[in-house]
Amino acid sequence: MHFEFQVEGGNFSKAGTASSQLKKILKQLNVDSRDIKRVVVALYEAEVNVVAHAYQGVIIIDIDTEKIRIRIEDEGPGIKDIDLAMQQGFSTASELVREMGFGAGMGLPNIKNNTDELTVTSEVGKGTNVHMLINFSI
Amino acid sequence: MEQNNFHHALKIREDLCIGCSHCMNVCPTEAIRVRHGKAVLYGDRCVDCGECFRVCPVSAIIIDHDDFNFIFDYKYRIALVPAVFTGQFPEDVSPQQIFSVLLDLGFTHVYEVENGTALLQEAMNEYADKPGISKPLISSFCPAIVRLIQVKFPALVDNILLLKPPLDISALHIREEMRRKGITNEEAGIFYITPCAAKIAAIKDPVGEDKSPISGVINMDVLFNKVYRKVKTRNNQSCSLPVYTDLPATARCWALTNGEAPLAKGRTLAIDEINNVIDFLEKLEDDEINDVDFVELRACDESCAGGVLTVSNRFLTAERLRNHKTTTPEPSDSEHPDGFRHIRENHAEIRKNITIEEVKPRSIMKLDDNIAEAMRKMEKVNRIMQLLPMVDCGVCGAPSCQALARDIALNQANLHDCVFIQKILEQKGELSLEESIKIMQEIWGFGKTNKYRDLKGL
Repeated sequence: MHFEFQVEGGNFSKAGTASSQLKKILKQLNVDSRDIKRVVVALYEAEVNVVAHAYQGVIIIDIDTEKIRIRIEDEGPGIKDIDLAMQQGFSTASELVREMGFGAGMGLPNIKNNTDELTVTSEVGKGTNVHMLINFSI
Repeated sequence: MEQNNFHHALKIREDLCIGCSHCMNVCPTEAIRVRHGKAVLYGDRCVDCGECFRVCPVSAIIIDHDDFNFIFDYKYRIALVPAVFTGQFPEDVSPQQIFSVLLDLGFTHVYEVENGTALLQEAMNEYADKPGISKPLISSFCPAIVRLIQVKFPALVDNILLLKPPLDISALHIREEMRRKGITNEEAGIFYITPCAAKIAAIKDPVGEDKSPISGVINMDVLFNKVYRKVKTRNNQSCSLPVYTDLPATARCWALTNGEAPLAKGRTLAIDEINNVIDFLEKLEDDEINDVDFVELRACDESCAGGVLTVSNRFLTAERLRNHKTTTPEPSDSEHPDGFRHIRENHAEIRKNITIEEVKPRSIMKLDDNIAEAMRKMEKVNRIMQLLPMVDCGVCGAPSCQALARDIALNQANLHDCVFIQKILEQKGELSLEESIKIMQEIWGFGKTNKYRDLKGL
């Protein structure tokens, strides 16, 4: 099954909409609640990243009976040093974003902890692509 | 129709139901449909919150309690009274008066439910310190909320505090006290005066417990009428002041909003009213809420003061309980004036039995157990959604287009139940006028569909 969601940069009030929608879908599919939690945590973090850093983004989701594959493609500043960004506590978030309770530098590490595969590619000045895969426990 | 495997205190009286669909539109779990002009309940979806009971204009939804005379089947008859019961009466009626009338009515003992909170609070705080506990802990106090989590938020069942509510703890104490006096379980009947339907369902069909120690349930509105009538007619003459013990304010207000949360450890929140609770649980499940240690969730606005079986205004009840002045000191000796000792006397025995078993999810969200089949059904739901008007008019007998789409995908309804689809099918010549009217009558019965036809003119 295929789903797509748009993400608007800078709109924190809508951050989490896609992960919440996806959660409802997975509940209807009777996916194990622990797997749902991993998916929701990973996607929520990725959504917040797009909202906090990019101008806009799209989330592309493919689900089959064994796994879920999520691609998040954004148009934004991109990431200079991906290895550094993957480190816990590293953040380039602005003061404003931090005041809102985001930007603690836990985003990408948290995604990594909750996914079975994660690849991040980025082009500075253009945008970032995040691919993640979570296998369902059966 | 899905099978009803769970005990529900809420029943729809078909003879009284006028099929107005008010209940269908307010049900927070979309558990009601209209068929043949009557409301019908999907038993697996209902959580006994009682929202339907509140809005029914003809009192066709009833809350199935025990007949009052059932108490006389027992030699010892204990009324287990929650503080909100005394909060139903006007200020000038004292708890002493209320309790003495209960004895006049035939109870042999009166015991306040909130006595159980002392031991619960202690157990709660020990529980919170156990390693590996899912946070935030969700209070198990409100049975409608426990059921709501089971059916709608299965991922959160592990967060439910696995401790008995004050009601069960007090009942355990009474059982112990009776045993000490040599009275058997068969001789002693414990009757809970309930402010809501959910507590009845919890007693008749407990979650995480085999059997409730409570023998029967009496609806608060029914008992209020019996007691108030006697208070009014006897002019306080025979008030024998027998049983009253004053609870500490924290215990007395336990069933009100913010009754538990401030007493739990760490960062706590209190949320009342079932739709507010659903919004919160969605956020919690989305992992958007972190660092909260304990949440008190209650299905009714103003918690038990707003229970569906209460008669007084919920804000006034809450005010009365909060303002109540402690008039008599707590008994200094351990002997309770009504013959029960202080609950702490049975501390060890109660603490042994205070936990409940793991709460199991029973999702109403899943379209099928098998993921491939569930995907097929979801695709069907999505296809159907493309065809429906998205106005949620309810004419199909389901509360929303989404609910109808789901019902159709699960073979519980038909696409032509939608009045918009019917019109188009008629236009295409695929449905005759007679068939179309028959469909409407299958949903709404004959009365509603024939009203205008039988009219001679406006």
